[in-house]
Amino acid sequence: MNWQFYHRFIAFTNARLWRLTHVDVLLLVALLILMSGGLFVLYSASGQDVAMVERQVLRLGIGMVTCLGLAQLPPKYMRRASPFLFVVLVGLLACVLLFGVGAKGAQRWLALPGGLRFQPSEIMKIVMPMMVAWYFANRPLPPSFKEIVTVLVIIAVPSLMVAKQPDLGTALLVGVSGIFALFLAGLGWRYIIGAAAAVPVAAYGLWQVMRDYQKQRVLTFLDPESDPLGSGWNIIQSKTAIGSGGLHGKGYLEGTQAQLNFLPESHTDFIIAVLAEEFGMIGCALLMCAYLLVIARGLYIAAYAEDNYARLLAGSITLTFFVYMFVNIGMVSGILPVVGVPLPLVSYGGTSIITIMATFGILMSIQTHKRAR
Amino acid sequence: MGKHHQVFRNYRQEHSLTKRRVVVAAAFVLFMVGVLMARLFYLQVMEYELYQTKANDNRVMLVTEPPPRGLIYDRNGVVLADNRPIHSLTVIPERAASLPELKAALSPIVDISEEDWSEYESKLKEYRRPYQSITLKSQLSDDEWSKVSVDLYKLDGVQVEAQLTRYYPYGEAFAHAIGYVGRITSRDLERVDRMAYQGALFIGKTGVEEYYESTLFGKPGISKVEVNARGRIMSEIERQNPTPGKDLHLYMDARLQQYAYDLLGNYKGAVVAIDPNNGGVLAMVSKPGFDPNLFVRGISVDQYAELRDDKRLPLFNRALRGGYPPASTIKPFMGLAGLEYGFSSWSETYYARGYYQINPNGRRYRDWKRGGHGWIDLERSIIESVDTYYYQLAHKMGITPIHTFLSKFGYGQSSILDLNGASKGLLPSNEWKKARYKEPWYPGDSVNVGIGQGFMVATPIQIATANAAMAARGHMYYPRMVNEVDNAPATFEGNEGVEHEIVLKDQRNWERMVRAMEKVITDARGTGRRLQGTEYTIAGKTGTGQVFSLADDQEYDADSLDKRLHDHALFIGFAPAEKPKIAVFAIFENGGSSSKPADLTKALFDAYLYDDYPQEYDYFEEQRR
Repeated sequence: MNWQFYHRFIAFTNARLWRLTHVDVLLLVALLILMSGGLFVLYSASGQDVAMVERQVLRLGIGMVTCLGLAQLPPKYMRRASPFLFVVLVGLLACVLLFGVGAKGAQRWLALPGGLRFQPSEIMKIVMPMMVAWYFANRPLPPSFKEIVTVLVIIAVPSLMVAKQPDLGTALLVGVSGIFALFLAGLGWRYIIGAAAAVPVAAYGLWQVMRDYQKQRVLTFLDPESDPLGSGWNIIQSKTAIGSGGLHGKGYLEGTQAQLNFLPESHTDFIIAVLAEEFGMIGCALLMCAYLLVIARGLYIAAYAEDNYARLLAGSITLTFFVYMFVNIGMVSGILPVVGVPLPLVSYGGTSIITIMATFGILMSIQTHKRAR
Repeated sequence: MGKHHQVFRNYRQEHSLTKRRVVVAAAFVLFMVGVLMARLFYLQVMEYELYQTKANDNRVMLVTEPPPRGLIYDRNGVVLADNRPIHSLTVIPERAASLPELKAALSPIVDISEEDWSEYESKLKEYRRPYQSITLKSQLSDDEWSKVSVDLYKLDGVQVEAQLTRYYPYGEAFAHAIGYVGRITSRDLERVDRMAYQGALFIGKTGVEEYYESTLFGKPGISKVEVNARGRIMSEIERQNPTPGKDLHLYMDARLQQYAYDLLGNYKGAVVAIDPNNGGVLAMVSKPGFDPNLFVRGISVDQYAELRDDKRLPLFNRALRGGYPPASTIKPFMGLAGLEYGFSSWSETYYARGYYQINPNGRRYRDWKRGGHGWIDLERSIIESVDTYYYQLAHKMGITPIHTFLSKFGYGQSSILDLNGASKGLLPSNEWKKARYKEPWYPGDSVNVGIGQGFMVATPIQIATANAAMAARGHMYYPRMVNEVDNAPATFEGNEGVEHEIVLKDQRNWERMVRAMEKVITDARGTGRRLQGTEYTIAGKTGTGQVFSLADDQEYDADSLDKRLHDHALFIGFAPAEKPKIAVFAIFENGGSSSKPADLTKALFDAYLYDDYPQEYDYFEEQRR
């Protein structure tokens, strides 16, 4: 091993330039590895559509600009803005429920003048952990029972509002981002164990309030073969794609499931199946390593952040990012219901790239605005 | 948040708490990644073979390619059933929009009849290999084809397939003999190998096309192709070419067939010409015919109803299924029967009055000649077609020897080797009458059968076959259409026999009877004397078949009867009489006198033996391949 090179790299990452520009080089490098891997897979998944890859590059670029922009903003301003942003977004979510536009029986967007559309639930994914972190910022940890209840209410209100749109995937991510902050704040283990025990009960309750199409998704998930040409088609085809990839995969651009269009939404939510088919289990493991690099850096930043607000926020953001990945791969491989969560930074399109990159901006900000020790 | 309820805080402890929680979270992340990897391991390593098979089943499709159908040629290489390319609109239901959407999408582009749709719908419900296309409309016109092709990209699962279709260049004169192919129905599929017919459009429905279906069809090609999720073929993995169907070479002479059809004029009727040396059918005409191409194209309900309800029965194959009294054409055979069983001899004479009575004062069976023929013998009874001679002969013999003897010539049986649907006619017997009418056989019944009337019914192919056997002096070849299959002699293994020898106690009687039949033409009082003046010898026998029995004393008055009730006019003949090359039977329904079929027969002899055709038939010579 060339240790000289390693030391040079560490020196490079600690360079004064990066401190001045508030860029966390390790996170940046991890993100770039993930993004380029994602673009590589997207080229195949899109049916070698260069224009689509170019649009994705543009989107990732905008995300990167957002990330680096937010990194300039010191965390203390974020902390101060947190409760206001939260209140405003809850208000906007109420507006979505009242005046929202959308499709397929769900309303997720607010129509803005000039034909623009705006999805408050997406921003809520960032603001939710900010709000919980803010709540605990000036309180001693671990939280008391009263505080836990208060935070659960703070988490529940927007989550349920998003679920009501209905947007189960986003509601889940909004909810877990708050829960993760609460967990990092030191939520007592007895509560955690108690909650885990309550899950089956909650599942039953959830079943009662679910819309038909959501119930259908659950049923399809449980037995996808029952409707192979209808609702089960997606999951059957994605499992077939993944399974037929084997250990080594069929080779780049050689995946028959993906290239012959048997795999639905191969460039968006189901893109991991393309990777799995063409590069096999080894390819998937490499992709997960790239994710783990990002997550490891995020957790490092959280662990060594300056104050409770920063720690809770950074940790929650990182863990939410992981949940994104887990839910997506879990659903595509058939161990979770299909809830419409993209593979973060790899799936084509979606506003999620911008919001995810914004959260990495916050991470960089937290890491680079620490007072010198 | 106010500072007033600030309590003492151990920031270090809090930091270590959150740090510990981050470590727990990291462990959680690693555990969950482990779960995902385990899942991937399960799918990609443990279940790999299952999913690999599934993926291959997805992308690999077996496509059957229908083989080109064998052609049907006449004896001179004229194509009677040809293949022509057509384009049809087919749908892969799995890839296509729902039925109402498909209807809506297609209706502005191409006109598809309700029948086509309902046929399509019924095929949807049948068993079929997934992603196999179903024909929605066959035979697109060029206009429709180009229109559909332009819009095809918008229509998932819809495609235009080029296929070969059947074409019958000479239409109606050949329709009954050659038959036709039509669209495959579910009933057709019950009698063939479904797999082989996947993707095939047509199947032989009648005639030679039906009988030789398996020979003409060939073996479909099978190609393994890679398809995408929309059913489009991306590449071919493996291919087994179709084996074309075998060509049939018939005994039929297309020119003779067409000529015979035309010579029938506006009469309904049938003509069957057979080569007595091998039983090959040189011509087999049933008039009126119909355009067989209608059935290939998919005949409309209206067109079909028109044909079906036509009083002239164009769809009825008279040659194979028409039941007629053989009338006086039976007399040479009846005469041989009398000789065979000792009820008559060449030397014995008989006084022929104008009628015959079983008992004095009994019913009078009239002769066609009111005053009778006077003293005659067997030979003269043939020449002048003396009814009373055969009344008395049949009466003496009774039905059983008649039945036994005529059976040898194929009467009462279906002896044609390679066509389905031939009627057996009716060669009556004691047993038959008991079973049918619960009555015994009366002597009067025999009397009528003696002149080929009464209960006796024969089809043109039967009469023609018996005639050919007479021409061959008792060597009876069962009639057959096909001579060669792909240049190899046709075999008729499924049949009980293909020929047999009719041996008479005195074999010289063949020659004597043929001589008598020659004199039907050459004798001054012969009923066929109008055929005199040929360079070759003709042996023949006239016949006039009563359409219904006239009452006892009713006089036959040709003018007062509706034409439908006019007697059928029949003629059997062969030439040259010494060594016949062609034997012809012709019947003109309600033709009145037998001069019409006699003239026709002579024209066919001239044509077949001396190539003496009117000029317009030269066309067929240009069509030889």
